[in-house]
Amino acid sequence: MSLTAKDVAEITRLLENSAFDELCLESDGWKLTLRRGGASVSETAAPPSATAAPVLASPVSTAGAASGPAAAAGANGAHPVTAPMLGTFYRAPKPGAPPFVEAGSAVEPDSIVGIIEVMKLMNTVRAGASGTVLEIIAQDGALVEYGEILLRLARAA
Amino acid sequence: MAIRRILIANRGEIAVRIIRSCRALGIETVVAASEADRDSLPTRLADRTVCIGPGPARDSYLRATTIVQAALGVGADAIHPGYGFLSERPELASLCEQQQLIFIGPAAAQLAAVGDKLRAREFAIAAGVATVPGGQIDSTAAALTLARQIGTPLLVKAAAGGGGRGMQRVERLEDLPAALELAAAEAGAAFGDPRVYLERFVTTGRHIEVQVLGDGQGQVIHLGERDCSVQRRYQKLIEETPAPGLTAALRGQLHAAAVAFAQRLAYRGAGTVEFLVDTERQACYFLEMNARIQVEHPVTEAVTGIDLVAEQIAIAAGAGLRLRQNEVQLHGCAIECRVNAEDAERDFAPCPGRIDTATWPAAPGLRVDTHIESGSPVPPYYDSLLGKIIAHAADRATARQSLARAIDATRITGITTNLRFLATVLRDAQFATGGVDTGFLQRFLASGRPPAESAAHG
Repeated sequence: MSLTAKDVAEITRLLENSAFDELCLESDGWKLTLRRGGASVSETAAPPSATAAPVLASPVSTAGAASGPAAAAGANGAHPVTAPMLGTFYRAPKPGAPPFVEAGSAVEPDSIVGIIEVMKLMNTVRAGASGTVLEIIAQDGALVEYGEILLRLARAA
Repeated sequence: MAIRRILIANRGEIAVRIIRSCRALGIETVVAASEADRDSLPTRLADRTVCIGPGPARDSYLRATTIVQAALGVGADAIHPGYGFLSERPELASLCEQQQLIFIGPAAAQLAAVGDKLRAREFAIAAGVATVPGGQIDSTAAALTLARQIGTPLLVKAAAGGGGRGMQRVERLEDLPAALELAAAEAGAAFGDPRVYLERFVTTGRHIEVQVLGDGQGQVIHLGERDCSVQRRYQKLIEETPAPGLTAALRGQLHAAAVAFAQRLAYRGAGTVEFLVDTERQACYFLEMNARIQVEHPVTEAVTGIDLVAEQIAIAAGAGLRLRQNEVQLHGCAIECRVNAEDAERDFAPCPGRIDTATWPAAPGLRVDTHIESGSPVPPYYDSLLGKIIAHAADRATARQSLARAIDATRITGITTNLRFLATVLRDAQFATGGVDTGFLQRFLASGRPPAESAAHG
């Protein structure tokens, strides 16, 4: 199967109307990555808040990929907190303890929002900005990759 | 234990190579990729990719704990380390041992034994394998005594060394104390281990290595040798099997020495025993063992028909050796050359960037191992290997000509490559005769090589 421009437009619309910032589709021989609020915005009549980047035709530059999640701080002021390393994400300091933050919690830049375990070594993840937790995206106890979005903040004005 | 899912802790062409064997075996693959490699060919071929960190290798591919955590997190049974990076670090192998993950390679203790060049020398001596005259140094006075016995020129080498680092050449005995200090300082900085040793510098020799497979219980077979004498500053450029012009006696001696060395270690997995071969004296000396799959493994695969990665996996899964020595048959000749992103005109400076178009050759008897396609980035963080082209034929002349034509047919634009340089070396009269020594490439460069345009005649 191959993708047409119409398919990409359709998929872009789906992403736009969803709660997600990034969509990856993969099939035999092709892979499509769409990212909301990415670094570059198409100059044609493309939707203003989404950038389509079919990877095979024109690969996302590594610099773009690096700044992708972090640069996703959209116009609405949502600030993503990303995983500083690969590991197991925990929302609480120990099993059964209350989570560091919940949706609605107020945070300062150095507030701890979670921990990432790498081979029994616990690494704290800090908010990096002040504001309010909008939503927590990463699952407690799940493997998170480097750069994966853990939670989103509404930045304090 | 059956291996169902392998985490590949590597990148580039070797990650692609490992995925291909896993697919043929019905094993799932997860590629541990740095951010710079997120959209690379291995990540598209693998069943899954996990991002282990930013581009620089020290923050991603060299983090043993992150690799093991990734393997545990994705439910992998085993880790294939490829070559380079963590492949020969006892740290990753021992972490795997602690976490009940299968490390596709030798035991951590074996990696430690062969990684220490001095210990490896002792193993060779114990196995009755000749080593280059030399030995450990405890003091400057002892070094001078030993140096007088060996004679000059000498090499001061780091016990923990490799790749030419921590190595000093000494022409006159009075220069030895200063060279010892320099080598020890360099070794301490590069490897955290300042121990150095002395070896006679053999000025003319060939670099020939023997591929072995061991079951970890003392059974070892060899899969013939590879001649890797075409190298520059210890970086191999062209490799071939069989080594041209060896007498049957010397070839047999090499194979037997490699097997004896690996047996002494009860070596597990695929490994390579390197020798310096003095064809005039009909002698070979043990250099070191590489305890991993090697870049040049495809030439051995071409002549034996054996998938070395599949054998590595089988041994790691506990299947032992699936072949007896008399079942290993060698057919024809195979030559490989390494296509690198480097500029032969500017002292082989690496040339990272983005590939515009890449067209690799295809013909019967040719194999191309690469991760490079049109549009692929060549990140500045890693080595400059773009791919390997391997030609296999019934005789050496046919393989060499076929490889030269394959190089001519290869087009890589957007960055500078060594393709034209490779084509001229393959057509050099001395190389065509075969059996060059390790000084060949340096002399070839010094003599002013013929213009690349003349490379059209083949």
